[in-house]
Amino acid sequence: MLLAVLSGFFVALGLPLIIKVFKGPNTLWVSLFPLSLFIYFISKLPAIKDGETLSSSWAWVPSLGIGLDFYLDGLSLLFTLLITGIGTLVFVYTSSYLKGHIYLDRFYAYLSLFMASMLGLVLADNIITLFIFWELTSISSFFLIGFNNDNEASRKSALTALSITGLGGFFLLTGMVTLGYVAQEYQISALATLSEEIQANALYPLILVMVFVAAFTKSAQFPFHFWLPGAMKAPTPVSTYLHSATMVKAGIYLLARFTPILGNHEWWNGPLIIVGSITMVYAAIHAIFRLDLKAILAYSTISALGILVFLIGLGTDEALLAAGVFILVHALYKATLFLVTGIIDHETGTRDVSKLSGLNKVMLPVGIAAILAAISNAGIPASFGFIGKDLIYEATLHLGNMGYVLTGLAVITNVCLLFAGFLAGIKPFIGPLPPAFSKLHLPPATMWVPPLILASLGMVFGLFPMVVDTALIKPIVSSMTLGTPTFELKIWHGFNIVLLLSLLTIGSGIALYFILKPSEVLFAKATRFEKLSPESAVNQFAKGFVSFSSKWTNFFQNGYLRYYLITILSFLSLLLGYRLFYGVEIYVDTSTLSDITLYEAVIVLIMAAAIFFTVFSKSRLTAVASMGVVGYCFCLIFLFYSAPDLAMTQFSIDTLTVILFVLVLYNLPKYLTLSDTRDRIRDGLLSLIFGALISILTLEVMNETVTKDITSYYAENAYILGKGKNVVNVILVDFRGFDTMVEITVLAIAALGVFSLLKLRLKSIEKE
Amino acid sequence: MSSPFVVLPIIFQLFLAVLLMFCWTQKNLQKLISVVGSLVAVIISVVLFAAVWKEGIYTTQAGNWVAPFGITFVADTFSTLMVLLTTLAGLAVSVFSVGSVRNARIKFGYFPIYHFLLMGLNGAFLAGDIFNLYVWFEIIIISSFVLITIGGEKAQLEGAVKYVTMNLLASVVFLTAIAILYGLTGSLNMADLSLKVAEIENRGLVNVTAILFLVGFGIKSAVFPLYFWLPASYHTPPPAISAIFGGLLTKVGVYALIRVFTLIFIPDEFMINLISGMAAITILSGGIGALIQNNLRKIFSYLIICHIGFMIAGLGIYTETALIGSVFYLTHDIIVKTTLFMVAGLIFKIKGTYSLRLLGGFYKEYPKLSLLMSISLFSLVGIPPLSGFWAKLFLIEGGLSVGNYWLVGFILLGSFLTLFIIAKVWAGVFWKDSIHIPVKMQVKYFHELKPLKRQAMVGSIIFLSVLSLSIGFGAEYVIQVASKVAESLMNPQDYIHAVLGQTN
Repeated sequence: MLLAVLSGFFVALGLPLIIKVFKGPNTLWVSLFPLSLFIYFISKLPAIKDGETLSSSWAWVPSLGIGLDFYLDGLSLLFTLLITGIGTLVFVYTSSYLKGHIYLDRFYAYLSLFMASMLGLVLADNIITLFIFWELTSISSFFLIGFNNDNEASRKSALTALSITGLGGFFLLTGMVTLGYVAQEYQISALATLSEEIQANALYPLILVMVFVAAFTKSAQFPFHFWLPGAMKAPTPVSTYLHSATMVKAGIYLLARFTPILGNHEWWNGPLIIVGSITMVYAAIHAIFRLDLKAILAYSTISALGILVFLIGLGTDEALLAAGVFILVHALYKATLFLVTGIIDHETGTRDVSKLSGLNKVMLPVGIAAILAAISNAGIPASFGFIGKDLIYEATLHLGNMGYVLTGLAVITNVCLLFAGFLAGIKPFIGPLPPAFSKLHLPPATMWVPPLILASLGMVFGLFPMVVDTALIKPIVSSMTLGTPTFELKIWHGFNIVLLLSLLTIGSGIALYFILKPSEVLFAKATRFEKLSPESAVNQFAKGFVSFSSKWTNFFQNGYLRYYLITILSFLSLLLGYRLFYGVEIYVDTSTLSDITLYEAVIVLIMAAAIFFTVFSKSRLTAVASMGVVGYCFCLIFLFYSAPDLAMTQFSIDTLTVILFVLVLYNLPKYLTLSDTRDRIRDGLLSLIFGALISILTLEVMNETVTKDITSYYAENAYILGKGKNVVNVILVDFRGFDTMVEITVLAIAALGVFSLLKLRLKSIEKE
Repeated sequence: MSSPFVVLPIIFQLFLAVLLMFCWTQKNLQKLISVVGSLVAVIISVVLFAAVWKEGIYTTQAGNWVAPFGITFVADTFSTLMVLLTTLAGLAVSVFSVGSVRNARIKFGYFPIYHFLLMGLNGAFLAGDIFNLYVWFEIIIISSFVLITIGGEKAQLEGAVKYVTMNLLASVVFLTAIAILYGLTGSLNMADLSLKVAEIENRGLVNVTAILFLVGFGIKSAVFPLYFWLPASYHTPPPAISAIFGGLLTKVGVYALIRVFTLIFIPDEFMINLISGMAAITILSGGIGALIQNNLRKIFSYLIICHIGFMIAGLGIYTETALIGSVFYLTHDIIVKTTLFMVAGLIFKIKGTYSLRLLGGFYKEYPKLSLLMSISLFSLVGIPPLSGFWAKLFLIEGGLSVGNYWLVGFILLGSFLTLFIIAKVWAGVFWKDSIHIPVKMQVKYFHELKPLKRQAMVGSIIFLSVLSLSIGFGAEYVIQVASKVAESLMNPQDYIHAVLGQTN
């Protein structure tokens, strides 16, 4: 199983190369890869049918408990079959649809990458591994949606889709880490037994929110649904594969997979029912006003996903059964309709449903596939869709009073969906053929056979439900309920209220089809409320966020060094002040300080005066000279406190600085006054505060008694071990000689820098 | 274990720098020495890392003055990991420089100063003495300043002045902090300080001193609200220089923060909240700053800030798990940010601009380069299982375990912004069709370069991309290293024993 999942990644890497080697116009052979996977998974069917589960694992990051652990049960088998089966057909279809496209090799590579990620996602038995593959599906879909990369709209919708699903991804990550933290277990198959403890934990609501947002974003639930219609910019094989059959169902898979772990709790059921029913009704109503075939299908897909979320939310055995069946039903007819739409688009060059009719006359097999799909979608008796719809009504009806409301919603949704299905599957093919289309002909078999296969399966399963009953459906339900299911799929349930509802749905749907004619006017009316839609709300928010971002960024990073310094110093002063006055008992023990002598007082006065001159002088020379005076005063203080060598060093440095300054003064422009009084007062205040804080801090530190063992070690050993009578010198060149060596290096580097600054002028001939 | 081997990564870079100065005018010889020397440096650091991994902490006392009286150098897992990453990034940038740095700069000491910078970085990581750490910071500042200004054009000099002013301010704050700490304890040896600071009764004063260290290192690591020097300067120097800056300079600050706040100052509740808050706003500021930029290098500069926030967040959460996250992220970030700035440089060499609006068409014109560049771009986003992903697991779990949910929220926000920004860059630079960009006279374009130079630039990017891929896929090994680092950070007794001996 490990190989089955990983092979997709290797194929994705190798394909561009292989396709280059086998440079042929026909790339049909690539489909052998998904086909072999399909055969592999279908060979597991008997085992799963007997209630077995298969697993394989390979430790990857054992210290985190993360491994490539895969687990095949009924639920994952359904998905693997959809992924590889529809995958095979899509691969076949693509070989004609994108024939001769220069990036066909990349397209196949992305498609394989996606398929592998999706397989990994539905097979993963480890919540972190699940997340990893989840993210990979988002990324590969980003590349697939943006496949027509020179088209701006296509780039934009790729970005939108990635943002929404990526956002969901981060929620999933948090949810999974939280879940792992709460349960101390990463293995999905083991988590179900810990269900009670998890639901009792205080973090349970957090996990739920995270998992919900992840599932809703991926499966395009209201209010995150809008990326999906946008993603229709992708080539049709992508829309078919990702946006109807597989990737958008990842959220559904997630919810189904976690039903035994997190489900059966009112906080789980309630939100799912609410969001699911809003989505199914909202999107179904939206679907019927669209003119673009792909948009109709996109909205009806969203609606179908809403139904699935809703069913999982109900959480009863019947509802889960209905969900399991509906996943399969929907995948079969929706993929067909998408593939057919691709053919129509490819052949006629339009997807506007109001312009299309009579295509049966030129491409009958395509029409048959589409009509069969529309029938299954409508739930007309004898189709697989009929069984699916029956089960849904049965699930909603058995819920008491609340059930009637929900059943009503389900009926409305189904009526709209039926209409949408007829619009997409039947309308383009019946009626008169416009003269513009009379020259069309049937596309190559590789394009029309795949939809026909899918549509026929929808009928076969409908007529002979026992084919899939025990083999597929029962194991699915038992992996969601962890029990042994006791039902049987039947085509005929007898005359009862469910049948009545089904007939009502079909009747009103068909009536609607004859009343409501799609037109620009209607579309315009329906889209009047676009301003209130979640999409424009998000766009508004994004705009606001960007303007906030630039305000924030430009406020702090305003380009003026002085403001940067002010911010840093204010921040430092604030923190120092807070910690000093709220944590330190401030007192000064004057008894330990030495008395102030007259000399010292005079020196301090001179210093103060010199600083005053430095700051307020109008001439640069005066300022430099005053700075020199401050420096000399320091030397004197060093001298008073018996550090003559420090004083000497300081003295020479200050002298040199003043001399150098005076030398460069000659080259500097005139002294300009750039600050006004207010600025100066502000700067002065800040300096005073900062200076005061550091002074207080120093005074406080001096109160502390310190063990002087290091100082005395130096004093004692300077002569004995260091062979020098001057302690400071011995420290500099011996005890801490390394520091001195490095400081000398600093000077050397500075010298090199000055040299290059003065000498190196890059000539314009010499290029960067 | 005591061994002079500890200082070899420092001394060897010093040796290289001096050797290079003797070849002042021979540019080809300089290139050869730099590349071969960097390779040897990698070998040295690998050996040192392996030795420390196997046998525990190595120390050496400069001049053989016993600690705490002389200057101590300590090689524990954390410091040798950092040295290893420095030399790896250093090797890549050295090779990249061969291809991209113009001759005039080489004639004015580019390579010697570059190796002085690497010496400074290695020194800072191996220093076991707080004043010695300060001295290494001086080396780093001065050599990076000279590197920015070499052959400076106007924009470069403006950036350089802001850079050096704020970094000197950081040094002043750091030096003040050292002085006050010396006044409190009478010691400079970091292991000794760990013991002495713990004994001080006046905790208030210790806390105030800690603030000084926080702000000093905070400026270096470019956290909010102290990061201004970074966006002001990183987009100005030549590509090779901004690559080493982007990869390593801020990380020294982060290293120092993590070291000092686990070894010497154990943060109290206020400090924890302060660091977490700064981390959160840093993530936000960096992310939204990158969102509105148009210049590729400015985008990456702001993303550095954003991701510094992640590492500081680990310190703010202050659990072993979270620190594993920080150390893992540090490892990943050094490699990937260096690569990204080299990628930006390569894009500039090919198209002659950094502007996102003008760039385009890479996907069509350079499919192989696009694939190569996508590795580092998507590693940065942390698309699992690439390298940026794993650290977040630890950070999130750490945040949850201490109930710091809003910080987790900010980490997710930062990740989301990074994802969006990189996808935007991808759509803009790679997918969008190229528009006509006027040819600039002063730019030597990629296609005009000699094949060897082209190979040097692409080769160094391949080298680092392979490294980041192996960090991602071989996450297990990095996690083991990071776990050991985090464990010894939270339990510094071994460090203290190794420096001061068992008697203390």
